Amino acid sequence: MSAEPAVMRSRSAVAQPVRQGGVRINDVVKIYGARDTGILAVDHCTFEVPPGEITVCVGPSGCGKTTLLNAIAGFHSITSGSIYLDDEMLCGPGKLKAQPGPDRIVVFQNGALFPWKTNIENITFGPIMQGVMTRAEAYDKARAMMADAGLRGIEHNYPGEISSGVRRRVEIVRALMNNPKILLLDEPYRALDSLTKSVMHEALLEIFYKNRVSIFFITHDLEEAIFLGHKVVIMTTRPCRPKKILDIDIPHPRDYSVLTTKRFREFMEETVAAVHEEAIKAFAAGEKER
Amino acid sequence: MTETSPVQVLRTEVPRAIAADSRAGASLVFTKHRLSLWLKSSRPYLMLIGFAGFMGFWYLSVEIWKLPRFSQMPGPTEVLHEWFSKDPTYGLSIFVPEYYMHIWVSTQRIVIAFFLATVIGVPLGLFLGWSERFKQFVFPVFEFLRPVPPLAWVPLAIVMFKGSETPVIFLTFLASFYATALNTMLGVESIDVSYVRAANCLGATRWQVFRHVIVPGAMPFIFTGLQISVGVAWFSLVAGEMVSGQYGLGYVINTSYTMVRYPTIIIGMATLGLVGYVTSAAVRLVGDYLMQWRTRELALGGDR
Amino acid sequence: MLVAAKAISARVTGFVAGDDFWRGVVAIAAFLIFWEVGSRSHAWFGFSFPWVSQVPAPSAVLQAMFRLVQEPSFWNSTFLSTLRVFEGFFAAMLIGIPLGLAMAVSRTFFGISFPVFEVLRPIPPLAWVPASIIFWPTQELSIAFVTFLGAFFTIVINVIGGARAIDVRYFQAARSMGSSTWDIFRRIILPGTLPSIVVGATVGVGITWAVVVAAEMISGGGSAGSMGGAAGGGLGFFIWNSYVGGSYTQIVAGMISIGIAGYVSSAALRKIGNWMTPWLNEN
Repeated sequence: MSAEPAVMRSRSAVAQPVRQGGVRINDVVKIYGARDTGILAVDHCTFEVPPGEITVCVGPSGCGKTTLLNAIAGFHSITSGSIYLDDEMLCGPGKLKAQPGPDRIVVFQNGALFPWKTNIENITFGPIMQGVMTRAEAYDKARAMMADAGLRGIEHNYPGEISSGVRRRVEIVRALMNNPKILLLDEPYRALDSLTKSVMHEALLEIFYKNRVSIFFITHDLEEAIFLGHKVVIMTTRPCRPKKILDIDIPHPRDYSVLTTKRFREFMEETVAAVHEEAIKAFAAGEKER
Repeated sequence: MTETSPVQVLRTEVPRAIAADSRAGASLVFTKHRLSLWLKSSRPYLMLIGFAGFMGFWYLSVEIWKLPRFSQMPGPTEVLHEWFSKDPTYGLSIFVPEYYMHIWVSTQRIVIAFFLATVIGVPLGLFLGWSERFKQFVFPVFEFLRPVPPLAWVPLAIVMFKGSETPVIFLTFLASFYATALNTMLGVESIDVSYVRAANCLGATRWQVFRHVIVPGAMPFIFTGLQISVGVAWFSLVAGEMVSGQYGLGYVINTSYTMVRYPTIIIGMATLGLVGYVTSAAVRLVGDYLMQWRTRELALGGDR
Repeated sequence: MLVAAKAISARVTGFVAGDDFWRGVVAIAAFLIFWEVGSRSHAWFGFSFPWVSQVPAPSAVLQAMFRLVQEPSFWNSTFLSTLRVFEGFFAAMLIGIPLGLAMAVSRTFFGISFPVFEVLRPIPPLAWVPASIIFWPTQELSIAFVTFLGAFFTIVINVIGGARAIDVRYFQAARSMGSSTWDIFRRIILPGTLPSIVVGATVGVGITWAVVVAAEMISGGGSAGSMGGAAGGGLGFFIWNSYVGGSYTQIVAGMISIGIAGYVSSAALRKIGNWMTPWLNEN
């Protein structure tokens, strides 16, 4: 491969071959507080997030899904077990807390676009901070990506001036600027109304088809989970571990018409039954809504 | 194999948000708009009723009903007459240069003390909020000295510092400093942790997080603190001037009392109120300008 | 050094605390040492540190405090100051809370009174002293009035802010369950505003102390020195007297006493506040 200038090597709008970004969660345990008296949040959890796919994690509130996501991202430590990103150990014996980094970027539930920076300043934040691009390069790429995502025209507005649906998209573009191996989405559409949500889903899928980045997605919304995911992991109530793993074999690319297909409804039935069982257990245990 | 999406969702452009061409222009438009809304509401009229009631009560109780309590108080006509007369009986009116000298002296002291308090207090507050370790060392000493009211420092300040200006400025600085540092610290501590986490994810170093997330994120609190700090500064300054000053508005009020120039007392108080309000508003305006993102967000009605 | 301190303390007295506690102790100890050395700098080193050298040493101050706590007149002064603080403070609460609530509840009343309020607020309480003396018949009342003003503005602002911040859904829920207006006031507005009232009170009491001390100093003999006869003691007056009498250690001792008194009043208020708002203490 000849030496290409850095700018050319950065991603264009053309789809890339399937990238890395598989996460393996091995027998992870998380206890908040002291070992013997603390709260067990995650109980010997093991599953895989395949590279280049959307894996969705559903389960009752407070069951520990966000804890897992935070462990992958590096915000919390784990008590035992290990988590791998491709061949690299993120955390495990001897290193109980991963280091946050641009290979695993989180999109937060309530949005974490910096309100004091304009949209384009937000988007170019990552590459500029890391020093991998000059300001000019970053701005060029950002403009291109924004145009691609249908965000042309709002580059110099502040996040406070645009609607929350648009904000989410800006946040996702901000993440994608850094070529992450995997995107970690923590109930990103929870606060949106269902009409905006359906548009966001299709937008997310379009972004996914273009970039083929691995996605690990947490949600309560079962329809959302089945619609988006290649694989749905249903968690038990706290302490969580995978109760059931479904391979959603509805073909991609998907659009909203799949919601009324028979296969989709079959998956919904299976999921609803499993989640309902766990929800009853959680209710009986008096779980507080987070 | 590339997969193209059958959905053309992303092709439609986002409807244009408010034009971002001129920042000052945009906020001026909002101000004019809000002003016109305000004038159409009942608020200005209620305000007038309030002031009329207050002034009316003052006028009636001193000059018409001549209530016993108010016998020695100067009435509003007397005060206003004195304040705006070319040849005031007691020597101070808006036409007398000495009046402005006193204002200037007080304001100058405030500016120096406030400036010092901000320059020392804001960085200190930022570090106190940012570094747990630093806070554990410094905060106890800070809290140890805080309960002592500013004026209690007066004798010590006179003993410690030479001259008559420095103790007064020190007092004002002290009160201002505490308010600024505390509010800054609180500001840092109340920054949503998601912002810091997002910055970490995006590869920022600790110092970059401090510069790009902590400092701007704490700004709203810092400016609230600065407004409080200006108010507290005036409080301490007046106290200091009354006890051991020469010139200045506190001094004016004090001497007007001893020299039985009662209308001048009111003039002094009113001037103090005005100048205090102006300094506070100045701080707020600087804050609004520096935090464009917030003024625009609030103008659009906050969280959508 | 931290590790040593912790270990010694644990072994000798069985007192175990976190690292952060010990860091605070170390810091205060360092501060006191610096102060001691600084104030003796002239005698020990031959040259004096810029400002600290003028200050009496902590050891001397400690001795002075020791002597002071044994004198009844000192406790008299403390009692007097504390009394004044609470007079003014309770008056401010008594008038300020209802006023603030009225302003928060009625838009009309707010529109009429708030502008006047905001115009009077920037005037520092001490600037009111001469006007207050002219108006009130006795010296005590005039000081009380000024103290009242100090806390009053803070309390009202906090009450209004607190009442406004009550989530509108609580009102809607109550209405839909058939509550009368009085009920809503009593069961939603009052408790909802309580935390802000507590905050306003804690800050207000600090301001009140500052004002009381200032007023005592001024009436005790500021440079103008003529606000009528001595207000009859109080800690502010005590400090000023010590200065005039050249007894510097007493100045600092007085300052420390005020500091302690102020801290105790704030802490007491916070405790009472916590007791009155138990729902905030969970989680």
